[in-house]
Amino acid sequence: MAIDASEIQKVAHLARLSIDDSQVEATAGTISKILDLVDQMQSVNTDNVEPMAHPLDATQRLREDVVTEPDNREKLQSCAPSVEDGLFLVPRVIE
Amino acid sequence: MYEKTLSEQSQALAAGDISSVELTQSYLDRIKQLDADYNSFITVTEELALTQAKKADERRTAGDASALTGIPLAHKDLFCTEGVKTTCGSNILDNFVAPYESTVTRKFREASAVMLGKTNMDEFAMGSSNENSHYGAVKNPWDTKAIPGGSSGGSAACVAARLAAGATGTDTGGSIRQPASHCGITGLKPTYGRVSRYGMIAYASSLDQAGPMAKTAEDCALMLNTMAGFDHRDSTCMDREVPDYTATLNDSLEGMTIGLPKEYFSTGLDAAVEQRIRDAVAEYEKLGATVKEVSLPNLELSIPSYYVIAPAEASTNLSRFDGARFGHRCENPADLMDMYKRSRSEGFGEEVKRRILVGTYALSAGYYDAYYRKAQQIRRMIRDDFMNAFEQCDIIMGPNAPTPAFNIGEKSDDPVAMYLSDIYTLSVNLAGLPGMSVPAGIVEGRPVGLQMIGRHFDEGRLLNAAHRFQQVTDFHKASPFKA
Repeated sequence: MAIDASEIQKVAHLARLSIDDSQVEATAGTISKILDLVDQMQSVNTDNVEPMAHPLDATQRLREDVVTEPDNREKLQSCAPSVEDGLFLVPRVIE
Repeated sequence: MYEKTLSEQSQALAAGDISSVELTQSYLDRIKQLDADYNSFITVTEELALTQAKKADERRTAGDASALTGIPLAHKDLFCTEGVKTTCGSNILDNFVAPYESTVTRKFREASAVMLGKTNMDEFAMGSSNENSHYGAVKNPWDTKAIPGGSSGGSAACVAARLAAGATGTDTGGSIRQPASHCGITGLKPTYGRVSRYGMIAYASSLDQAGPMAKTAEDCALMLNTMAGFDHRDSTCMDREVPDYTATLNDSLEGMTIGLPKEYFSTGLDAAVEQRIRDAVAEYEKLGATVKEVSLPNLELSIPSYYVIAPAEASTNLSRFDGARFGHRCENPADLMDMYKRSRSEGFGEEVKRRILVGTYALSAGYYDAYYRKAQQIRRMIRDDFMNAFEQCDIIMGPNAPTPAFNIGEKSDDPVAMYLSDIYTLSVNLAGLPGMSVPAGIVEGRPVGLQMIGRHFDEGRLLNAAHRFQQVTDFHKASPFKA
């Protein structure tokens, strides 16, 4: 399935990536080739086949609703690009 | 000592023939001397290694040692190691010092194994050649023109070059077995859920699995004894008893049935590779096994199914790399969206961006059923094929890759050609089965591995079969330095 340049830009925006205008055509070409490869699936009849998300068909395990981890805020924020008063700082969102 | 197996080194430590400090220092010296040629390490933790070695020696003197106490290992740079840089082969994590420890590396630390450093890898484990690392390609110690295989190429190369006794790897679509095969070492991908994924930087969560890479099956068994087991921190980890994998290594293979999938021996398989695999299977017949042809009719569909499921999961997992909480942030972002887009675009390499785009597309409105749901349906068909085959045999054998290691740069401009080289390994991950690569010979100076696939949680049988093979062959003893 071919994907065009405008669609690539739309997908890139959804993925929060930016692609240089000079690279868009080449990227569209490569992604189209990969989609051609995966499109082999479309010729297969999968009626009545249950999708499989976990190879052992296991379901998510539940646990008691109790705190098991200590407060590690300082340690976990030690590798953040910018923090203040225990909060992660990002560019202003609301004026 | 560096040509000895992990098991032999363990015995030497126990007998007092060498101390862990001496053994560790000899590996650190080799890394300094040789690794510029292979680029198998991203970070060498010299100071930490010597501190750990000293503690291991003290523990041994106190009579409190396990088989791995004092053994120098290397860890794929995808396992978070507290206080040590953990990059996952990516520029976006170039400044990341993990604030916590993965379960796998914690278990090795608790056994007082020594960490020599963190090994090079394809960025976020995406690759079949180890050319997609921010820190440069890894070279195959058998021939530095060749790729070592990916994505655990650094781990495979460092064991092959005798720069570590063993190493950890991870396998999402073949990333332990394929580099083990190309570098002439032994590697095991356990059953999905056998080893905790906590603290492993996720690529495709329903496929990723950590495993051991070493010279021999016995060494892999020793490592897996430490790695395997339930972990409440990983909700996909299975709560099953862990057997002693070394206890069954010498079991007889008499009466074992080997299944050879006819689809593994069709067009595309290099004739010389096929011959090595058939020769290896003949050795098993001498050991008492019988051989039967089986069929995996949906094998070819594993490539399209994998290359939808893995990128889809990757696009979700990698959304956490946004420049807000850790990792690279772009300079002077104009607004929040600019920060996300530039931080990610500057931080991620080309293959990672490509897979994020494919995954985002496959999961986007209007395409979900045609791609993601369809791929998961095909995944079940592939799993069922294996279940049917295992009604006729105990173990499946075949090649890991269609050819020996190809040259660096040979396929790097054609991602589709690269993806096709994973044909024999991907289906094992989709089905969640354990798989192994065992050295089976050399073709034109480059190693070839025999792939063995077992039933779910049947790692013991794989290790047993591999060990018996290694008792009657010496392919695993060949090294780039004495070939």
